[in-house]
Amino acid sequence: MEDKNSFVRQVAEKKYEFGFTTDVQTEIIEKGLSEDVVRLISQKKDEPDWLLEFRLKAFRYWQTQEAPTWGHLKMPEIDYQDISYYADPTVKKNQDAPKEIDPELMKTFDKLGIPLEERMALSGMAVDAVMDSVSVKTTFTEKLQEKGIIFCSISEAVKNHPELVRQYLGTVVPYRDNYFAALNSAVFSDGSFVYIPKGVRCPMELSTYFRINARGTGQFERTLIVCDDDAYVSYLEGCTAPMRDENQLHAAIVEIVVMKNAEVKYSTVQNWYPGDSEGKGGVLNLVTKRGHLRGENSRLSWTQVETGSAITWKYPSCVLSGDGSQAEFYSVAVTNNFQQADTGTKMIHIGKNTKSTIISKGISAGKSQNSYRGLVRVAPTAENARNYSSCDSLLLGSSCGAHTFPYMDVQNESAIIEHEATTSKISEDQLFYCNQRGIDTEDAVGLIVNGYAKDVINKLPMEFAVEAQKLLGVSLEGSVG
Amino acid sequence: MLEIIDLHASINGKEILKGINLTVREGEVHALMGQNGAGKSTLSNVIVGHPSYEVTQGKILFNGKDLLELKPEDRAHEGIFLSFQQPVEIPGVSMVNFMRAALNAKRKYQGLEPLSAGDFLKLMREKRRIVELDNKLANRSVNEGFSGGEKKRNEIFQMAMLEPTLSILDETDSGLDVDALRIVAEGFNKLRTPQTSAIVITHYQRLLDYLKPDVVHVLLDGRIVKTAGPELAFEIEKRGFDWIKEEQ
Repeated sequence: MEDKNSFVRQVAEKKYEFGFTTDVQTEIIEKGLSEDVVRLISQKKDEPDWLLEFRLKAFRYWQTQEAPTWGHLKMPEIDYQDISYYADPTVKKNQDAPKEIDPELMKTFDKLGIPLEERMALSGMAVDAVMDSVSVKTTFTEKLQEKGIIFCSISEAVKNHPELVRQYLGTVVPYRDNYFAALNSAVFSDGSFVYIPKGVRCPMELSTYFRINARGTGQFERTLIVCDDDAYVSYLEGCTAPMRDENQLHAAIVEIVVMKNAEVKYSTVQNWYPGDSEGKGGVLNLVTKRGHLRGENSRLSWTQVETGSAITWKYPSCVLSGDGSQAEFYSVAVTNNFQQADTGTKMIHIGKNTKSTIISKGISAGKSQNSYRGLVRVAPTAENARNYSSCDSLLLGSSCGAHTFPYMDVQNESAIIEHEATTSKISEDQLFYCNQRGIDTEDAVGLIVNGYAKDVINKLPMEFAVEAQKLLGVSLEGSVG
Repeated sequence: MLEIIDLHASINGKEILKGINLTVREGEVHALMGQNGAGKSTLSNVIVGHPSYEVTQGKILFNGKDLLELKPEDRAHEGIFLSFQQPVEIPGVSMVNFMRAALNAKRKYQGLEPLSAGDFLKLMREKRRIVELDNKLANRSVNEGFSGGEKKRNEIFQMAMLEPTLSILDETDSGLDVDALRIVAEGFNKLRTPQTSAIVITHYQRLLDYLKPDVVHVLLDGRIVKTAGPELAFEIEKRGFDWIKEEQ
């Protein structure tokens, strides 16, 4: 009995590893949301008129809408007037001096293990680091430029490649798509922009690292990836936030355009602060991610490992327009304590001979709720469409919930759709078997959970996979004892 | 090596063990016989620290250490191994990863560095041969889709890997055909040394034919009621348990 108690105590005292804050001078605009605020953000970023117009249209539309309530989530009331919509940690006291990175910021990303010094980046990974509303630094920009690849913050892209941004922004996720997409379109601050020109295989992994630091701010990042004909890119996204006892809003949009014969792999390891063991605080992660497979034989895969956030509401989706296009969605979503996740995907088959695969693994522990929600739609034009879906849930303990909401809308008789679902539980007997072989309970849970999730973890690039494995163990600490 | 003194234990408030006294010395094999429900599996579960059982009285010493103070994983590290009557399946966890975690946890406890991947795989190959365990089985998930006989062979394989000093075989012979029984028993015998001991729980003589116990105990209603040499097992095989009951 004493063992049990000390185990629980040890876990309760274990802190969220990324929960520190950075003491850096940050320019934060006043809380509240209005047309003036939208204009102010646009002005701070020195944006062209067409973008301001885009923002204002989105804002006006947003005002007419209400937050969706269909998720299997208990969403706290969000006071949109009590959030600051722009926080810039890169501002220096001396406004005339050229902008350089505050050493404190460098230290922050150092602590997080994100290499912002190119000479230190042995892994050969280019990074765009975004803190609060602003991109802090993008590495390897020049090296990538030699191949014609554009990898920069979206703010820079608006300045340097306005024609590209204008051509694609909002074409995959229109501002009218949903409530949070409209909000993001009105107030988005920074994020990454990627353009891979025709026939180019991006020689290194591109990654964006998102960090929320300032108190009382929301993060509204926007990522746009365009992969032109016959091109290839693998893109990684990582997220952390400090521990705050209030909820922090994160409403992002990711748009991906995949042209003929091109391939994009998008991987996410999301570890936003999940709130404490009592369910206080944590990030509200309300995200719209979508890829448009425009060209013939284009390919897109989403791989996500979701361990953080108090609430996760996201459905990385694929619109398969190009004939012969193929889309994949691999997901591991872990919820512990009072976390809630409602996540899944949409596969919209429009082109002929299109194929999609969905592998979803939900792991719930504590008093958490974990839902898979997925739509497979086959349009009348989608001759010979194929989908395979497999949704598994793993339960630890008996106070958590796992739910599956699969939707199907098939309008072409030639389609072949398969769906499998399982629910299982880590049993006391399994844990004791491990214990008897000398493996302690914490390691046993890690071993079992990683075994369960390995089909998804294996899809991640190597370094990310190692991180994700560790994260799965850590996220579930204290879930059994 | 193992000293059990006046051990009482219960599950869900029901007393199963009612004062067990048992001493196992280095190099000895003890057979534990008795009818279903006599407390044989309870005793083995209590020795390895299964959380469902509560010890209400008594002591277990292992090499002088108070075993009841140790967590199940530390009892394993101290050298106690249970070959389960019904080994559980752990889907998704490969035998390789499982054994590696187990072996390295033990090495850590002993203050040793983890074994390199190469050395570990070599060791696996060596030990597999002892119980003629197929390479395919070693690469599958723990016990998943294994036949009854394969599961038992896998238990002895794990014993070979972990090199315990006290092994408890809980009806390792159940569900085995004659050939599988021979493989398991011969495998076990290959692992025996003058320093290792075993407690063998069984209903049948045929396993004991191979293992040649030094001592045979009969458990009845939570107590050891008879202790004798190997001839006792033959007698039970012939006459059953009723005569022992009547002696009480």
